[in-house]
Parts: sequence; structure tokens; C-alpha cells
Amino acid sequence: MAGHATTPQEGLRVDHHFENADQQYQSAKLGMWVFLATEILFFGGLFVAYAVYRSNHPEVFIFGHHFLDKNLGALNTIILICSSLTAAWAVRAAQLKQIGLLKLMLVLTMLCAFGFMGVKAVEYNAKWKHGLLWAGSYDPHLDHDEPITESTTDEELQVPGAEVEAEVASQAQRVGDADLVESEVVSESTVVDAPTDRSNIASAAEGPTGLAGAGEHGPDEHAIDIEPANAQTFFSIYFLMTGLHGIHVLGGIGAFLWLLWCAQRGDFATGHFTRVDMVALYWHVVDLIWIYLFLLLYLIE
Amino acid sequence: MAEAIEKSVGAGPGGSDPDTDNYLTHGKGVLSWLFTLDHKRIGVMYLVAILGSFFLGGVFALALRTELWTPGQTIMTADTYNKMFTLHGAVMIFLFIIPGIPATLGNFVLPLMLGAKDVALPRLNLASFWLWLTGATVAVASIIIGAVDTGWTFYTPYSTTTTTAVTAMTLGAFILGFSSIFTGLNFIVTIHKMRPEGMTWFRMPLFLWGIYSTAIIQVLATPVLGITLLLLVAERTLGVGIFDPSLGGDPVLYQHFFWFYSHPAVYIMILPAMAIMSELISTFSGKHIFGYRFIAWSSIAIALLSFLVWGHHMFTSGQSSLTNMIFSALTFSVAIPSAVKVFNWLATMYKGSIRLAAPMLYALSFLFLFAIGGLTGLFLGSLSTDIHLHDTYFVVAHFHYVMFGGTVIAFLGGIHYWWPKMFGRMYSERWAQVSALLVFVGFNLTFFTQFVMGSHGMPRRYYNYLEKFTVYHQASTVGSYILAVGFLIMAGYLLHSLVAGEKAPANPWGAATLEWETTSPPPYYNFAHEMRAGDPYDLDAMRWDPATGGYVRKDPSSVLASSGEAG
Amino acid sequence: MAAAPDPEDGSFWMPPQISTIASNVDWLFNFILAISVFFFVLIVVVMVVFVLKYRRRAGESAEASPNHNLPLELTWTGIPVAIVIVIFFFGFKGYLDMATPPANAYEIMVEGQKWNWSFTYPNGYVDANLHVPVDRPIQLVMSSADVIHSLYVPVFRIKQDVVPGRYSKVWFEATEPGEYDLFCAEYCGTGHSDMLAHVVVHPPGEFEAWLEQASNFLETMSPVDAGRKLFQVRGCMQCHSLDGTAKTGPTLLNIFGHPVTLSDGTTVIADENYIRESILEPAAQVVAGFEPVMPTFQGRLKDAEILAIIEYLKAPEGATQEDNS
Repeated sequence: MAGHATTPQEGLRVDHHFENADQQYQSAKLGMWVFLATEILFFGGLFVAYAVYRSNHPEVFIFGHHFLDKNLGALNTIILICSSLTAAWAVRAAQLKQIGLLKLMLVLTMLCAFGFMGVKAVEYNAKWKHGLLWAGSYDPHLDHDEPITESTTDEELQVPGAEVEAEVASQAQRVGDADLVESEVVSESTVVDAPTDRSNIASAAEGPTGLAGAGEHGPDEHAIDIEPANAQTFFSIYFLMTGLHGIHVLGGIGAFLWLLWCAQRGDFATGHFTRVDMVALYWHVVDLIWIYLFLLLYLIE
Repeated sequence: MAEAIEKSVGAGPGGSDPDTDNYLTHGKGVLSWLFTLDHKRIGVMYLVAILGSFFLGGVFALALRTELWTPGQTIMTADTYNKMFTLHGAVMIFLFIIPGIPATLGNFVLPLMLGAKDVALPRLNLASFWLWLTGATVAVASIIIGAVDTGWTFYTPYSTTTTTAVTAMTLGAFILGFSSIFTGLNFIVTIHKMRPEGMTWFRMPLFLWGIYSTAIIQVLATPVLGITLLLLVAERTLGVGIFDPSLGGDPVLYQHFFWFYSHPAVYIMILPAMAIMSELISTFSGKHIFGYRFIAWSSIAIALLSFLVWGHHMFTSGQSSLTNMIFSALTFSVAIPSAVKVFNWLATMYKGSIRLAAPMLYALSFLFLFAIGGLTGLFLGSLSTDIHLHDTYFVVAHFHYVMFGGTVIAFLGGIHYWWPKMFGRMYSERWAQVSALLVFVGFNLTFFTQFVMGSHGMPRRYYNYLEKFTVYHQASTVGSYILAVGFLIMAGYLLHSLVAGEKAPANPWGAATLEWETTSPPPYYNFAHEMRAGDPYDLDAMRWDPATGGYVRKDPSSVLASSGEAG
Repeated sequence: MAAAPDPEDGSFWMPPQISTIASNVDWLFNFILAISVFFFVLIVVVMVVFVLKYRRRAGESAEASPNHNLPLELTWTGIPVAIVIVIFFFGFKGYLDMATPPANAYEIMVEGQKWNWSFTYPNGYVDANLHVPVDRPIQLVMSSADVIHSLYVPVFRIKQDVVPGRYSKVWFEATEPGEYDLFCAEYCGTGHSDMLAHVVVHPPGEFEAWLEQASNFLETMSPVDAGRKLFQVRGCMQCHSLDGTAKTGPTLLNIFGHPVTLSDGTTVIADENYIRESILEPAAQVVAGFEPVMPTFQGRLKDAEILAIIEYLKAPEGATQEDNS
């Protein structure tokens, strides 16, 4: 990226309080790195929450991650990595005053960002349809209009076992929702369980580790089919982390739009590339955070 | 040559008069202030806003102390009282003391001490101020729409289930947090990149070491508060539930998150105060600071160690004994650098030439009060005694001694020290002494009895209390009124000085840091010449000049940069 | 606040020592106090002496003296380090004793809720106060029904947070019969400062007798007397007065058989069914002007107990007259 050889030279505006252009550039750079440190700490809180809950309740995370589609996650990872490439390329173009190339790279970066948000929208939609939301709204069910209740008969559930998968598969073909087709745990036994009873806190006090739900099933069922108590915690953490990340992606899109507008205005004709450099730095951190999210949420084994 | 330079230091280029042509008069109208990029104007606006917040927080304090005159209801219901102590804490901490010294004196003085024209990122500075205004507005709005009754710590599950305006207040605090982060960021960049010729790290005034250490904490700790408050809002609005046990969450996790920021936050409060102390003690002892490097490194040590001790707020929360032990041990470690500073300040006074001007009265008060505050921290860091003292008035007394007796007193000292530089006026020394005395006496009466109440088992945040504690509470309430009188007098003579105070010379105190090398008040461009750093504590380089009624440098060229050109 | 150094009466700083660990805590407190006073006096005296001795005199400036002194710095760093290590060690040691209950401790379950305590004894009896035998280790196993509370007994020097969704424990051994204060020490809302209880330490041999007698109150007492006891010990009194004053909840003076205006504007007569529903489903019908904060006693009061309370509220010699016993 930028080194001393490409420090901005004459022709550019140096703010009156700086001694020279180099001091101005160095200040911007240090400022951006410090800001990125704050972003790491901001997300850090959520990573800590993840670590605490996962170490205390690994079964919740093992269960929950099956509802995430690794392929879509990997696609998003590739999209963001490509966008980091185009962003870095944009910086280079700005350094070399290649405005056309700069604008192209900015547009490509934004397209990648939109693509990322699109994939996320698909994933979020699939979750919403099946009630796999954060704790307060966690209400897993097969179909939007038919919640599973205690009075749902075995018959109603047995037969649709195969039909559910077929229905979900056909839905997947229509809207590209691959989340549930892949998952092995979409069996009646999994989604039948009522969410953890929230009305009586005293019962939450019983039993130290919250595995109360696990014992309700017969011994012949696979552990992976059993929804652990407090499964909703996984989704709380999932939505918090990817949601906050998504907000930062949107912020990045805004920043790139601004850069595009600046490029259009001719601000970079003098080779003053600091702004592009700073936004690209931000974008790389956003990408890096996603990589960790992908590893920690999607690739649990 | 020497006279020409001397003259231009006393006046702007072309001999302009600092009385009529300075940063205060340059540009007229409200918009020229609201949209200014001048760090001095931003500092002054912060000063007004922050002192206003102090007044508001003080009103809540007087209200709650009045209620505590008798057990049971005195002037308000329990619910109202609970809001009073919550708002007192939240306003004082988020609106007043965290921005406090850095936003006001830091903003004003830092670039001047560096001989610079402004901070590194002036637009970000203005953005910080607007963020403060926005956050403060949201916080005040939350007070109007119903206020909060959770205590400023917002512990879950109470804060996620109470019906008061928690979401609004925490959003206000969230916004204020960003103001703090950006201020810290700006100061780090400024100190790294804009030091003048000759000012290596160890030739920097200690005020800047303090501001720098504070900025490190602001930048690293505040984001964690941000995410904590966001999680709290998410829990209240969406039911995200990571702190709610009925949803599988852990309420004690909230405490870890909260204190991970809020413990370093108290060092955001005290480090700038200690930073001011180094300047005041040296200047008013007429002597070079003693132990410069130890004081500088102790600031950094405090900043780093402060991140390791948050669990000492949670000794009774159910943490394991091992966790408690580790936090207790680390807590004692952070006491040491503070003690080192106090001893170095005392050593600075040894064989000095001490003047008891108002700033020095505050510095001496600091030594007295901070000693008590710091030493009472030992009782709380020690595990077996803390179990008894936690959540009692002993803790309330401890933190008021360090935050008020420490930070606020030093802040007042700094305001009185830099007041002539900021506004070009001297205040009434006599009234300043009266006010300082009232504040000192009132403070001790308010808070010392709280130590005794607390060790006798009087819990904190109590609306009602057992009869046997009445006399302590009443003494405390009387003290709070004396404090109020002291502050009212202070407001009076400071405001009076703005219109009728004696004109201030460039250097009324004889200090050797660079801000005194320009006029009082400074021109909007700060310095007529590019500056070079000397030894910031070489007070022998100054001499009294009867002509100007202040001090001047014996060799003015020693602080002018080699190019000598106007910046 | 006795002036005499008798630990039973407390000292200037501390309440009486009524548990086995209290003297250790107080010893450490006094040790730290002595160190603190020493350093405080040192700092203040040095400061005052310097101000007086080195006061600026006209025409004179400070005489030259060094600006650093490494041995001095190391000394005044090293001595505090040594001191805090000692303090830490004693604090930790004392704490370990407080955190390690003896094996044969007598267990009492505690539940904290807004805004009262209930103590469940091993035989199932529930009381609003903590009764314990003297000279016997007691372990409290605690949980909260709603928000975080904290159980604090100053004379025992014990404190432990009471958290919803988990159990926390604290132990003590009382050394002196008597009645002592128990506070909630974690802010929990409107009634936080009224969430008090008494710790009654029984002399040797009397605790079992008390427990036996208290547990059988439904059999040994008349329904009205049993209802009065329940009213007092099960937390009703924290929020409902019997003298006409409104507290967190409406007063229950003369309530039975009289009309009550509800928050939806309707009026009902407070009969047996109304009382029963108010206890089991308090949010169903809330009295106008009050918040719906009453917790449910479903699963915590037996039918016989609810009946007793109703009788108490009904009877002429019960709550229908001013009753402050």
C-alpha cells in the first residue's frame, strides 16, 4: 500500500495547522489505525460473549450452527475478500491518478458489498421464516402460519417428515434458500420442542447447567436431533454479531459512495489518495471481522 | 532583535492588542462558534456545557441529600429518590467527569503546550463536541420523559425489566461514549505527530503525559461500554436475552462487560487530574518537577493496569475464589503508581519557593483528599474487608474522595490556573480563597461521616434507613449545602472576572510551558512564531517583569524555532 | 456506638462482632486503618511543613536541589509494594475462611424477591426472618425470583449476591444470641431500602424448639392468628400497610367486604375470591392508582395458608382494625 515513495506531493491542500503534507498524511493514518483499534474492541465484546457462552454451553453452538449454510457463508467470505482486493486496487489507482480505474474499483467494491448484503438477506429471511430468531422471538416452526404446539398430533408430524423436506427443498429452488435443505436436523423431533419456558424464572433456577431439555427425549434418538435448552442463545449471538457487522458493511457502502462522488468531482486528480486509503483500511478490517465470524459461527465442528 | 521578539510575543503581528483581537473576538456570531474548528473555542464551549452539567448533577445531589435528612419520606417518594441518585450518578459521570478535563482544559491547552496551531484533526474535534451535545440532549430528554431508576450502573435484570426510560438514557450514554473516543483519538494523534522541534517524549510537559495516558484508556475501553449499552438496549427492545436468565442469559456477564469499561473509566477521570497536579505543584513551588520520568511512566502504568482490575467491583457476585484473588492482587498493583506520584509531588515542594495562589490551594487540597480516597481504596481491594464494605456508604465515600476530592478539585485548580490564559482576566484571589475553603470544609463534612456509616453497615442507594444512622446523614446533608455555597461563590467571582477582572499578562504564574509564550487570551492562530520546546519545568528561565505585571522568559529566542518564521 | 473496646458493643468504626470471622475482618480493617492513618499523617504533615518552611519570600527564588533521586524513588516504591503484599495476603487468607463452609453446616434456603426475604428451613417451613442456633455453622443457599439482590448481615461481616437463575452460597457461625439486622445490599427498585429482615440467634437448645413450634402454626394457632403470622412473615407487610397508609401496594385496613376500584375503572367487592385471586394472580385485577408489581404466590402458599390469610383479613379481631403487632 502507501509508503514514503507515494506520499502526496505538491498541488494538494494542506490544512493550515499542519507543517507539511507528510505530517497531514501521517496524522490521518495514525488516526485511522486508532479508530480501527476501537472497532476491534467494539466487536471484541461480542466475541467475548460468544466465547463465554460457547465454553459454558458447547451443545447450544453445535446444535445451532447446523442451521447456518456453510456454502452461503463461504460465498460471502469470497465476496468480501474480492472486495478487499478491489478496494486495495482502488487505492493504487488513486495513487497513480488513474481516475477511471479508481471509479471502476470503487463500483466493484460496492457491488461486492451489495452482494454480501444480498446473501445475508437470504439467510436472514430463511431464519425468520422458520422462527429461528434471537432469544425473545425464538419460535422454531416448519411453516410460517403453523406453529408447532403441544397439541400437534404425532400424525400431523410423522407424515410431513418427508413432506417437510420436500417442501423445503422446493422452496429452496424457488428462492435459493439452502439453509434448511442441507441441515440434517430438520426432523420433527427437533422443531417440536417448545421453546424454553420463559414464564417461570424459578424453573430456570433449577438445574445448574440448563440441559433440562435434553432429558425429555427417548434414548434412541441422535444427540444431534435433540434441541438443547437455551438453543436460542446461539441465534441471539448470531444475529448480534452478524447484525453489527452488517451495519458496518452498510457504513462502508456509504463511505465508498462518498469516495465515488469525490472522484467524480475531481478531488483525486492531484494524486491525493489519503481518503481512499483510509476507507480501504476500514474495509479491510470489516472483511477481517467477517472472516472470524465465518470461522466461529459457521465452521463449528 | 530581542526586543522585537519580546514585543511580538506580547502582541499579535503588527502589534495588535490581545484585548480586542484574540480567539474570542475573531469571528462573531453563534454560528462562528458552533462551526468553529478552533480548539480553543471548542474547549470553551465544552467548559460551559460541562460546568452546566456539573450544576445539574449537583442539583440532583442536593435533592437526594435533602431527602436523606430523615429516615423515611422527607420530601419525595422512594421512586423519585431512586431516580435522583441514578441521575446524579449518570449526569456527573457521563456528562461531566468523563469528558471533564480532557475536553475542556485538554482541548484548550494541548495544542498550545505543543506550540501548535490546533489539534491534528480539528473537524473530528468539532464532531466530538457535537456528539457530546447530541448525547447530552438525549440523556436530558430521557430525564424529562420519565428518568431512570436503575443506578448509573444499569445492572441487569433490573435494568432490562424496569419500566423507566433506560433505553433513552443508555442511548445518550452511547453517543457520549463516541464523543469521548474521538477526543482520545485526536489527542493520541496530536501528541504523536505534532510535537515541536526539541520536544522529545521526555521533554513533554507532564500534563500531556497524563492526557495521553487518558486517551489510551478512552480509545480502548469506551468501545466496550458501547457494545455493553447496545446489548442492554437490544435486550430491552428486542428481547435478545443474553443477560436474562429466563432466556438462557447470564446477568453477571453484564457486570463483567460494564466494569471492563467502567473501571478504566475512573482512571480516565483521575489521570488528567494528576496531570494538572504536576503543572500546579511545579509552578507554585517555583521548582522543577521532581522525578519526571517516574511520574511519566506511572501514568502509562496506571493506564495499562487499569484494564486488569475490573473484577474488584464484583467480589460478592459469585465469582470463584481464584478470580477474586487475582483481581484483588492486581488491584493493589495499581495503587503503587499513584502513591509514587504523590511522593514525587511532595518532593517537588521540598526546598521550593511556595506561593499559595488559588490554584495551589486546590493542589494542596488534592493531596489531602486524594490521599484519603486512595488509602480507603486499600480497604476495598482487600478481599475480607471488602465483603463487609461492598455496597455500603464506605464505597460511596471512597469514590467521592477520589472523584470529587481528586478529579474535581484538580479540575478547579486547572481552571483557576489557565483562566487568565483562556479569558485574559484575573479573578479575585480573596474570593477564590473563601470558596476553596468552603469547598474543602463542605466536602469533608459531606463525605467523611459516610465512611463511618458504611463500616457500620449502612447500605448504599437506600431511601429509608435505620434511626441510628440519622446523625451521620444529617451531618452529610449539612456538608452538601456548604459545598453548594462554595460553588455559588466560585461561579460568582469567575463570571465577574470576565467583565471586570484585571487584565492578565501572558504569564501570570511564571510557568515555563509553551502556552504561556503567547498572549492572554491567545490569538486565533495561537503563536506569532514557530515554537521550539525548552525544558517545560525550567522555571529559572523566567523572570518577573514589572512592566507587564507578569513573567517573561529571560531568553525568548530559546523557544523560537530555528526558522524563526511566523507559522 | 460504645466508647468501650468491648467487641460485643461495636467500636467507632464497626458494629458488634457476632460471628466467628468478624474479629478477623475487624483486625484487618484496623491494620489497614493504622497504615492509612500513618501515611495520611505523614503526607499532610510533610505538606504543611513544606508550605510553612518554604513559603516564598520576596526576592528569593528556590535554592537549587536535584530533580531526581533513584534510591529515593525505589524506596518509596518498594515500601508500599511490600505493604500492599502484606495487606493482600491477610485479606485473601481471611476471605478463604469466609468462602469455605464447614462440612456439617446447617442448610437454610433463601429466596430474595422484590421486596422481601423468605427463609425455608429444612422441614419446609418458611419464615420472613432468619432464625439460627448459636455456635453452629449455617450455610445459606440462595436464589432470586426476579432481579439481583444481596444478603448482608453487618454484624456477621458477610455479604453475598443473590442472583436469578443460579444458586449462591454464604456461610457463617453466630457467636452471640440476639436479634440483628439483615439488609438487601444490591439495589433492586422501589422497596430496596425496606427489604429488611431480622437474624434471630437462638441460645443453645432453643432453636429446635422454636422451629418445631413455628412450623406447626397452622395447627396450633387459630386461623386468624395463623393468617396474621403469615401476613407478617411472608412479606405482605413490606408492601401492604394495616394502618391506612398506601405503600407499594394498597392498605388492607378494612378491606374485606368493601368495594375496591380497579385500574380499569370497574368496582368489585373484596370477597374471598378476590383475595384469593389477588394472591395467586395479582396482575389480573390491579387496584387503581397502583403499579402491577405484586409477585404471585402460586406454589408458595398452600391453600390452608391462603385460607388463613383470608380469615385474618375478614375477622373483626384481624386486619379490620388497626393491628400493628
